[in-house]
Amino acid sequence: MKVLSIDTSNYVLGIGLLDGETVMGEYISNIKKNHSVRVMPAIQTLMNECGIKPGDLSKIVVAEGPGSYTGVRIGVTIAKTLAWTLKIPLSGVSSLEVAAASAGRYFNGYVSPFFDARRGQIYTGLYKFEDQILQAVKEDQLVMSVDWVQTLNEMNSKVLFTSNDLHLHEKVISEGLADKAVFAAITEHNPRPAELALLGRDKESVDLHTFVPNYIRMAEAEANWLKSQENNK
Amino acid sequence: MTTKDQLIMGIETSCDETAVSIVKNGRKILANVVASQIESHKRFGGVVPEIASRHHVEQITIVLEEALAQANIELKDLDAIAVTEGPGLVGALLIGVNAAKALAFANDIPLVGVHHIAGHIYANRLVAEMKFPLISLVVSGGHTELVYMKEHGHFEVIGETRDDAAGEAYDKVARTLHLPYPGGPHIDRLAQEGQATIDLPRAWLEEGSYDFSFSGLKSAVINVVHNAQQRGEEIVPAELAASFQESVIDVLVTKTLKAVKQYGVKQVLLAGGVAANKGLREALSTAFVDLDVDIVIPPLALCTDNAAMIAAAGSVLYEKGERADLTLNGNPGLEITIHNDSRK
Ligand SMILES: [Zn+2]
Repeated sequence: MKVLSIDTSNYVLGIGLLDGETVMGEYISNIKKNHSVRVMPAIQTLMNECGIKPGDLSKIVVAEGPGSYTGVRIGVTIAKTLAWTLKIPLSGVSSLEVAAASAGRYFNGYVSPFFDARRGQIYTGLYKFEDQILQAVKEDQLVMSVDWVQTLNEMNSKVLFTSNDLHLHEKVISEGLADKAVFAAITEHNPRPAELALLGRDKESVDLHTFVPNYIRMAEAEANWLKSQENNK
Repeated sequence: MTTKDQLIMGIETSCDETAVSIVKNGRKILANVVASQIESHKRFGGVVPEIASRHHVEQITIVLEEALAQANIELKDLDAIAVTEGPGLVGALLIGVNAAKALAFANDIPLVGVHHIAGHIYANRLVAEMKFPLISLVVSGGHTELVYMKEHGHFEVIGETRDDAAGEAYDKVARTLHLPYPGGPHIDRLAQEGQATIDLPRAWLEEGSYDFSFSGLKSAVINVVHNAQQRGEEIVPAELAASFQESVIDVLVTKTLKAVKQYGVKQVLLAGGVAANKGLREALSTAFVDLDVDIVIPPLALCTDNAAMIAAAGSVLYEKGERADLTLNGNPGLEITIHNDSRK
């Protein structure tokens, strides 16, 4: 069972290859460079290195968002197209879930991975490892980091934060949670494509034709249009 | 000895149509599937890039599958995959480009990047064989150009719009007349019902220029409507539409005719979405009757965005040796002349 995983939902570009119980290879970069140009070459390079041909793959797993709309779409488009043409199953995994798995496997408490969403907002969710299995405690959402911290404060437990955008919200978190807040080390912020592959490996596969990213947020034009429809009633 | 047929897949996602097509030997359409998003964008009065990109992701594999089924071929039968590389909406282009790259990689098929306007021009080759040298009049929502071609795959832009494209002017005038989006077809229909009684300007620009300008005309139309309102007069929409359309067509046809004579071409090709305009089709067909020049006007379905035109252009570019690798990107500002120095 050879699984190819693709994560382009944020600046991190991650490609992973899982063969049964072995992680064959991972490609990770965390730079502000164009995903559209780099994803397919990264897949090709990693597969070549590992001696895997497209026809050898048995499943594709993709990080389905939330994250950059364009970024997520590139990964999802490639994943759907590969799964379709290779006639193999496809699974989508929350980009936040991957981040939680990448940093919190041995943490005794909640894990809150997040991506900055500008104007004080973050995409985040709350996860917890129970018997080595990652559970979602609160669903992925778009929220003001100030409000999120308040929600977590009421839970009276240690919370591990992991994010490449940590510096943008560290102050809010520290002030709101004091010593209940734990920050992951810099080496754990990049979501690991092997974790993505593992999370998706046994997950039920989707109908690839209708599969779309989880944007969380409606397109602005659509939200405005709906609002205007409401007002005209 | 028989030579093997050449099979090219075209993929087009530059604006609001998700399209995949299979074309044999550059001229015969085996499949031409277009999923239009127009109904979704109507409520916004124009194409919203983010919404367009979302729809492309929803449609891409469905359209791919339908095209293969229609053509009754398998991916491994393809000689190349041709994809619109630009210009267009960048987020929308990226869907087609990345799907094409994934297909090319997984099936080890050559990849060719195609300029969208080269596609529009080559829609003509699905109707009639091209005769060089030729001139193509490209008129669409985003483009108004005269392109000279001395041979296959070589493009020289001899005139282009300095402000609005003809299609944009149509949409803006349609909005002024409170016609629904997209306005072009409505203006065209109204124009058939009225007489061109209103005097509107024609921008000829300086002597010898093949460039176009439609912003002055657009402003003039808005002024006419505005002044009429101030005087409490009634504007007859059909008359205004007819007058506007006459002005646009007069400039387009006159400049094309001039170029045809100066460049001594054998053929004139009409290309782009506005080529679906009935008034323009009629005016062009009559303007060239006395000249020894072929005029080719593709059927409506090949004038608007489709992937058969991308496959048709891709066929020639593939023969010329053009290849793209897996770093191919969507390029919203791509120049058509990129095809002139063969990218092997
Ligand atoms: Zn077009």
